[in-house]
Amino acid sequence: MSKFFWDNITKYNDDIALIIENESMSYNKLCNDATSIVHDIPTRSFVFLVCRNCMASIVAYIGFLQKKIVPVLLNEAIDKSLFNDLLELYKPQYIWCPEGFIDKKSVYSYKGYNLICTGSDAPIMNEDLAIMLTTSGSTGSPKFVRQTYRNIESNTDSIVKYLDIKPSDRAITTLPMSYTYGLSIIQSHLMAGAKLILTEQTFFDRGFWNFFKDMEATTFGAVPYTYQMLDKLHFLRMDLPSIRYITQAGGRLGEELHYKFGKDLRDKGKALIVMYGATEATARMSYVPADKSVEKAGSIGIAIPGGRFELIDVDGSIITESDKIGELVYYGDNVTLGYAECREDLAKGDDNKGRLETGDMAIRDKDGYYFVVGRKKRFLKIFGNRVNLVEIEDLLSKAGYETACVGEDDSMRIYTTSDKAEDIVNFISQKTGLNRKAFTAIYIDKIPHNESGKVLYSELK
Amino acid sequence: MTNLEIYNQKFMETFGVTEDELSALKYQSVKSWDSVGHMQLIAELEDSFDIMFDTDDIIDFSSYEKGKELLKKYEVEV
Repeated sequence: MSKFFWDNITKYNDDIALIIENESMSYNKLCNDATSIVHDIPTRSFVFLVCRNCMASIVAYIGFLQKKIVPVLLNEAIDKSLFNDLLELYKPQYIWCPEGFIDKKSVYSYKGYNLICTGSDAPIMNEDLAIMLTTSGSTGSPKFVRQTYRNIESNTDSIVKYLDIKPSDRAITTLPMSYTYGLSIIQSHLMAGAKLILTEQTFFDRGFWNFFKDMEATTFGAVPYTYQMLDKLHFLRMDLPSIRYITQAGGRLGEELHYKFGKDLRDKGKALIVMYGATEATARMSYVPADKSVEKAGSIGIAIPGGRFELIDVDGSIITESDKIGELVYYGDNVTLGYAECREDLAKGDDNKGRLETGDMAIRDKDGYYFVVGRKKRFLKIFGNRVNLVEIEDLLSKAGYETACVGEDDSMRIYTTSDKAEDIVNFISQKTGLNRKAFTAIYIDKIPHNESGKVLYSELK
Repeated sequence: MTNLEIYNQKFMETFGVTEDELSALKYQSVKSWDSVGHMQLIAELEDSFDIMFDTDDIIDFSSYEKGKELLKKYEVEV
């Protein structure tokens, strides 16, 4: 008996694992097909996996884990030129992608996906390296997080425990597979022998709700912006008896929506479970238990089983009092190795050694519940995607625009000395794949700097 | 402005498309008409015509043409 879930799921035999519109796939078939897909790929190969919420994408992923092939998970919606840059930089030996994604010869086809062999050599990789994920959705940043087999197993196990995922659960996909939150839903349900209902449709498709009801989905995950959409759709008035619980991560939901959804679902005998995590921590660091959802609205909760938090003061000491702000630091087996920014980095060791500085400022209340009160680093969450403001400025600078980026979650303000403000919104929306609504370009005569040349962001609010 | 002009303007502004692209426009047929874009459009139309779409209509509003039909239920002729 292996210590990894992807080896052990054969025990679920003929139980259904994956469901799409007209087809379902058992765990047995999933494992057999996974083996076939990776048959001619040597172990410890390095590949790009272009993800979709479909059978081919998930089956291949399991095959890669089983044969210790290392995939970089990329969103299908990635800007093509950014994809090509990544191809150039990392030189994977194989690409597993949807038909028509790239114009190269396929050596193996399966359910609308092709395997492409690039002819590159195997890179030198850390023997524990399992997969790589981007931190920022589809923005094509070359920076990836290096996750190990132990990271994945440990975090998935914790998630199955605190969400109490059972074989009778049926999760419908609502998030990209290449996004750590979306991937965690897939992994945890497979570990538990539950079912995944796969769809590419959205909450605004009639077909999504029909499928949801027909398949009797018991759960889904969503980011803060999606909860605003669900609120607009009067989700809480919908008749969806099959739901057992829903989850939220990918940013701050806000006390109002947390309370509204938490209370309503609890009154119906269901639950909203708010969670907090990061790709750097595999997926999850904390959660608010269902029975505390109302009382602790606005909180990120308590550490997951096996994890723990510390709050660090400005002088580096550990804060012991409640209600005192400090930097949130996390310890656990799910803390990843660190980043990779080029092919050589695949060989790097453990930079974090089980300790992660989250970059968030938080307090702990007297009951031991944590609340995030601010961010240390310059990034925003745009519709659940982490967007690094410095990277955006760099992208724009390379395209010839001088800018300074500030803003709030879901709303970035790009101050620019260029008179082509509209072009900037189009450009950045296209490059990142994020809806233009998130960006506002504002013309400014001069970007304020201090004497040492640093941009004075505080003056741009 | 006529109702049709307002309707068209909201589409063009929200999705960054030109007038001749409108009649064929469907949800997810262009990148900007994703779920975020959809929320934006609904909010703009509700504002402009002083109406509140109900859930089924937000979900069924799948194209430029379908939207015109749906607005009739709210007594808005475009």
